[in-house]
Amino acid sequence: MPMILREFSSWMLRYRRTWKGTIVISVANPLLFLIAIGAGLGQLVDPASLGGLTYLEFFAPGMLAAAAMQNAYIEAAFVVHSSLRQGKGYLVAAATPLEPRDIMAGHMLFMAFRIGTSALAFAVVMAAFGATRSPWAVLTVPAALLTGMAFAAPLAAWTVTVDKFGTLNTVFRFVLMPMYLFSGTFFGIETLPDWLRPLAYVMPLWHGVDLCRTLSLGTATLLTSAIHVGYLAALTAGGIAVALVTYRRHIHV
Amino acid sequence: MLQNLENRVPSVVPRWGGAHFLVFRNLRVHTGGNPWTMAMYSIFEPILYLLAIGVGIGQLVGDVDGVNVTYAAFVAPGLLATAVMNSVLYETMEGAFVKFTHERYYQAILFTPVSLTGIVVGEVAWAVLRGFVTAIGFLLVITVFGLVSWPDALIAAAGTLLVAFAFGSAGLAVTTRIRAWSDFQYVQLVLLPMFLFATTFYPVTVYPRVVQVIVELLPLYHAIQLLRGCALGQIEPGMIVSVVYLLVMGALGLVVARRQWARVMLH
Repeated sequence: MPMILREFSSWMLRYRRTWKGTIVISVANPLLFLIAIGAGLGQLVDPASLGGLTYLEFFAPGMLAAAAMQNAYIEAAFVVHSSLRQGKGYLVAAATPLEPRDIMAGHMLFMAFRIGTSALAFAVVMAAFGATRSPWAVLTVPAALLTGMAFAAPLAAWTVTVDKFGTLNTVFRFVLMPMYLFSGTFFGIETLPDWLRPLAYVMPLWHGVDLCRTLSLGTATLLTSAIHVGYLAALTAGGIAVALVTYRRHIHV
Repeated sequence: MLQNLENRVPSVVPRWGGAHFLVFRNLRVHTGGNPWTMAMYSIFEPILYLLAIGVGIGQLVGDVDGVNVTYAAFVAPGLLATAVMNSVLYETMEGAFVKFTHERYYQAILFTPVSLTGIVVGEVAWAVLRGFVTAIGFLLVITVFGLVSWPDALIAAAGTLLVAFAFGSAGLAVTTRIRAWSDFQYVQLVLLPMFLFATTFYPVTVYPRVVQVIVELLPLYHAIQLLRGCALGQIEPGMIVSVVYLLVMGALGLVVARRQWARVMLH
């Protein structure tokens, strides 16, 4: 078995014993938002103000991307931090023939598995609610996975360098939360003030939200989709490149 | 000499079992900086929600049936109640859990003249103080935004004390049942739906009758009813139900917490 798969399979082994708890946070949580905000608040929203869309159709694909970001954060920030600092799973793995790059790649493979399966579960429910409009909606699952990895890879690369757990919480609260609320998930960024809009275009989550939304509604064009995918893929690749260095430095102390 | 000592004992163990010592201790050692940075930290998230949902979605929503205020003004008291709930539960659940299992702080106190009742009352009082600071911070912001008039904000501030008391003591009672960190996931499983469905974002009339009844049983629903009535200046006799609900919840929580903590600490 290649080294990467050894690290991956150790995560899977763990996951087989702990998956029940993760359902709550990665599936139930976004689903409840979908029901409460999409269906409940949606009743107050006039479809005319969304160009004929129901609020659920508008909100659900955005939530799919946002949930992928949230799962990426849990897996790449909390879990990576505890693997190095508390549980020391990384250090144990490093004492075997595994190299830091195998540990990194194996763990990222597992993150992709988590983000992908959660996105799949969400997309199935979304379709069951009738919140999709186009057969292209099938592609929202890989799109959400890519969005998640665009966060997971850079986050993991950075988290291995972080000493204090509190730093992770601060970043979540002051960076990811604002991004979550203002990246077009809840309302289109066209309604943001002019000076704030360029900032939204830079935010990776907006690219993920827009990619998922246009696919789900069937309004995706090749050019905009290519830009979104390119941006997210670049972030993923950049994150992996940095992680190659930071994992080596912080695991081989 | 001995007599002197005996005379001093009553002043060492006051009627509340020394609850105020806990409050002073917590004020001194808490890690959140001064009370205002602490409040900043707790109100950041609700203010973001207010901007995104109240103002952002508010543009799509327009007027809410049966409510003659802007959507942001309707949502703000709901977020206030949630912010208070979250900050008191943070103290009496996660905070108390750490003190009990990791720091062994409560066990250490039992060696002092402070009694178990003192611990329970003190921790609830501390949580109420913490929730109140959060409430004042949030109310200041929404008063500046013009979402509430300042006399109404003052009445709402008084209401948050009751909300903090109800959730604080109930939280402290539930904490005795937490076995490990992973159990907090199940707490989230209760809190998140409550946050989403307890009329934070839309009036209860949106739901079918059956769901309405369930929602009306939730503690957060009553907290929001009370604070929304106060903040919008729409005080009506029906709010008595919410006040009584929260008072009973707080008192019951205190009694159960006292008994449960005795079970886990004294046996």
